[in-house]
Amino acid sequence: MLRFILKRLGLALLVALTVSFISFSLLFLAGDPAIAIAGESANAEDIQSIRELYGFDRPMLVQYADWLWNALRFDFGQSYYFKLPVADLIAERLSVTMTLGVCGILFALFTAVPLGVIAAIRPNSLIDRIALFLSVAGQAMPSFWFGLILIVIFAIQLGWLPASGASSWQHFIMPTVVLGYYAMPAIMRLTRAGMLEVLSADYIRTARAKGAPEGRVLFKHALRNAIIPVVSLAAVQMGFMLGGSIVVESIFALHGAGYLAWESIGRNDLPTVQALILVFALFYIVFTFLADVLNAWLDPRMRSS
Amino acid sequence: MMLRSGTAAIALMAAGAAYADKASDTLRVAFTKELESVDSYFNSAREGVVLQRAIWDGLLYSDPATGEYKGNLATEWEWVDDTTLELKLREGVKFHDGSDFTADDVVYTVNFVADEANGVVTQRNVNWMDHAEKVDDYTVRIVTKEPFPAAIEYLSGPVSMYPSDYYEEVGPSGMGLEPVGTGPYKAVSVEPGKHFVLERNEDYFDGPKGQPAIAKIDVRTIPDVNTQMAEIFSGQLDLIWQVPSDQAERMAEMGQFTVANESTMRVGYLAMDAAGRSDPENPFTKLEVRQAVNHAIDRETIVNELLKGKSTPIHTACFPSQFGCVQDVTEYEYDPEKAKELLAEAGYPDGFTTEFYAYRDREYAEAIASYLNAVGIETDFKMLQYSALRDLNMKGEVPISFQTWGSFSINDASAMVSQFFKHGELDDARDDEVLAELDIADSSIDPETRIEHYGIALQRIADQAYWAPLFSYNTNYVFTKEVAYTPTPDEVLRFHTAAWN
Repeated sequence: MLRFILKRLGLALLVALTVSFISFSLLFLAGDPAIAIAGESANAEDIQSIRELYGFDRPMLVQYADWLWNALRFDFGQSYYFKLPVADLIAERLSVTMTLGVCGILFALFTAVPLGVIAAIRPNSLIDRIALFLSVAGQAMPSFWFGLILIVIFAIQLGWLPASGASSWQHFIMPTVVLGYYAMPAIMRLTRAGMLEVLSADYIRTARAKGAPEGRVLFKHALRNAIIPVVSLAAVQMGFMLGGSIVVESIFALHGAGYLAWESIGRNDLPTVQALILVFALFYIVFTFLADVLNAWLDPRMRSS
Repeated sequence: MMLRSGTAAIALMAAGAAYADKASDTLRVAFTKELESVDSYFNSAREGVVLQRAIWDGLLYSDPATGEYKGNLATEWEWVDDTTLELKLREGVKFHDGSDFTADDVVYTVNFVADEANGVVTQRNVNWMDHAEKVDDYTVRIVTKEPFPAAIEYLSGPVSMYPSDYYEEVGPSGMGLEPVGTGPYKAVSVEPGKHFVLERNEDYFDGPKGQPAIAKIDVRTIPDVNTQMAEIFSGQLDLIWQVPSDQAERMAEMGQFTVANESTMRVGYLAMDAAGRSDPENPFTKLEVRQAVNHAIDRETIVNELLKGKSTPIHTACFPSQFGCVQDVTEYEYDPEKAKELLAEAGYPDGFTTEFYAYRDREYAEAIASYLNAVGIETDFKMLQYSALRDLNMKGEVPISFQTWGSFSINDASAMVSQFFKHGELDDARDDEVLAELDIADSSIDPETRIEHYGIALQRIADQAYWAPLFSYNTNYVFTKEVAYTPTPDEVLRFHTAAWN
C-alpha cells in the first residue's frame, strides 16, 4: 500500500508541475497584460513602463522560474486588480468555495446514493421512475435557472432564505442544493447501475443463500463493490465544483474562488489567475489521489494495478 | 445578465412585498462590479467614483444640475497666470481621523498623484498638474504643466484631497482598506470587492454637497442583475442601478418601485481607420465610404428599441453637455440608398467585406452590423475583451470598431474629442488640421476661443466622417417607494443627496 501511495504521489506532483507550466504559458498568449493593467486612459509610454515595472519584458522561462520559486513559498505576488496579496485573496475566497463544494458534494452523495440503491432494488418501480426523472431534470436544468427558481420561491415568496451573500449558514442552503443537484444525477445513475450489476453477481446469491440478512447483503456485500466507481466520480465532481461553481457563486453573490477566477480572467489579473489555476489543479490532483487510495482500500486488487 | 427577459418574467410572477430599511436608517445598495480599490486614484470604475464622492471632497464642486462651479474644500480660486491657480482653503474642516485639513494636505496629495511614478491608474485625471505649492496654511497654488482651462472641471471631479500624514503612512493599499477623507460619509467597513459600509460624517462641514440625510449606507456587490432584483423584491435592498432597460420597464409597470432614468456621459460610436493604419488601401480611407457608414445606421431606431430612456442620437465626437461640444455640425440622416450610392461612388458598387470589432454591448454591435450589412458592407464580427481590442487598436490593426467612451464624467469636450484626435495611438484619423484646432482649444483660458476652436475641429471631424457618432447611454435606477433620490446625468450615485420619503 505504501509503495502504491508513493507512486501515486510522485505522479501527482508531476501533473501539478505540468499544469502550472501550461497555464503559465497559455496566459501569456491571451493578450498583453500591461494594457489591461494600464486601463483605459493609458498611452503607449505608460504601457511600456508598466511592462518593465512588472517584468513582462523578460524571457518567459525566467518569469516562470521566478513565479514557481515564489509560489513554492506561498507567495503568489499581488493582484493587479485588487492591489492585495493574491495568497490572502485566494485564502479568503477559497473558504467560501470549499464550504460550498463540500456541502454540495455531501448533499449530492446523501441524496444520490440512497436513491440509486433503492432504485436498483426495485427496478421499474415508482421510486425508480422518480429517481430517473430527478436525474434527467437535474442534468437538463441549467444551474442559473434552477437557482433563480429557488430564489423566487424561497427568498421572495416565502421569505424563508436570504437570496444572496455568505454571512450565515442559511445563505448556503440554496447554493448547496443547486450545486449538489448538478452533481447528483451522475452519481445516482452510477450507483444504480453498479448496484444492479453487483446484485445479480454470484457472491450475492451465495450470501443470500447462506441466509445473510438483506441489509447486510445490500450494504456490506453489494454497496461496497458498487461504490468504487462512485468514489472516483465524486472526487472528479468535487474538483469540478471548486472550479466550476462560477454560475452558482455569481447568482448567489458568494464571492468565492470560482467567481474570482472567472472575473480575474476578464480583468487579465495574471497573478490571481495563475495562482487559482494551480490551486484548482492541486485540489483535483489531491481528490483524485485520495479517491485512488480509498478505492485501493475498498478493492485490494487495485493496489497491484 | 443571463436570460434577461425570461428571468424578468419570473421576477414579475413573484409579487413580494418590498419594505425599505428606513427603520434602521440604512440605505442598502447593490454594485454589480467588484470594485478593485476604494482609493479613488487606484480604480477606474464608476463604482469607485460613487464611493469617492461619498468619502472624499474635491477643492471645488460642480453643481450636477446647473454645471455651476462652487467652492468646496477651497472657497476662492483665481488664475494668477496661464498655468498657476491660487486657491483659498476652507478653514475648520477635519478629516475622518480627526486631523485638520490644511494646505499641506493639498500639496501632498497633488504632488503625490501628479508624479507618474506613483502609478495613479487614470493618468489623464492628474497628469495636467505639475505640482502644488503652499503659500500659507490655508492658501495653495496648483501649477499646471501647460495652460489647462479644464483644470476647474477636474478639480471639482476626480481630484480629491487626502490627509497627508495618513496617506504617507499607509499608501494606496492602506487607503483602499481603511479610507480617510473629509466627505459626507466615512467608511466603517471595507471588504475589498464585496461589501462596503459607510456612516454619516456627523462633523461634515457646511459645504455645497449639503448634509447627508441617511445615517448609514450598506453596499453589497451582487454580480447578477436578476439576483439584485430578487433582493429588492424580497426587501433586502433599497436601491439598485444600471438596471437593463427591458427589466426596468417591467419593474416600472408593477408600480411597486420608483424607476428613474437618467442619461450618462457615455457615447457609443464607430471608429474607422481613415488614416489607413490597418491597410493603406482599406475602404475606410475613402471619405465616401465613411459617409456611407454614417448614412447606413438608423440611430433613432437603435435608441428607441434598444437603449430607450434618456438616450439620444449623437452627431458630434463628444457628449452634448460637455463644455465646447458644439452641436451645429454636419449630420448624416438615415438613408440606406444614399449609403449605397456613396459606396458605388467610392468604387464599391457591390459593397465589401471588413472585420468589425466590438468589446461591449453585443446587442448594439449586432444591430449596427446588420445595418452595415444592409447597405453592402459585410461584417466579419469579432467581439473581444477590452484589453485585446485596445491592443489591436494601438497597433493600428482595426479597420472599423464599435467603441464607447464615458469621459470619466468630465464635463468638458477635451475629455473626449481631444482624447482621440490628437495623433495618439488610438487616433485613426491623424488629421493635422484637427490637431491644430484642438491644441488651441485645449490650452486657451478664454472660453469663447475654446468654443470656437472645438467647433472648427468637431465640424471637420463630422465633414470628414472620421467617426460615426451614434448614441448616448442611459442608466436606470430602481428604488423602493420609501427612498427619495434624483439621479444626475453624470451617472454618479450621490448618497448624500438620497433621503427617506
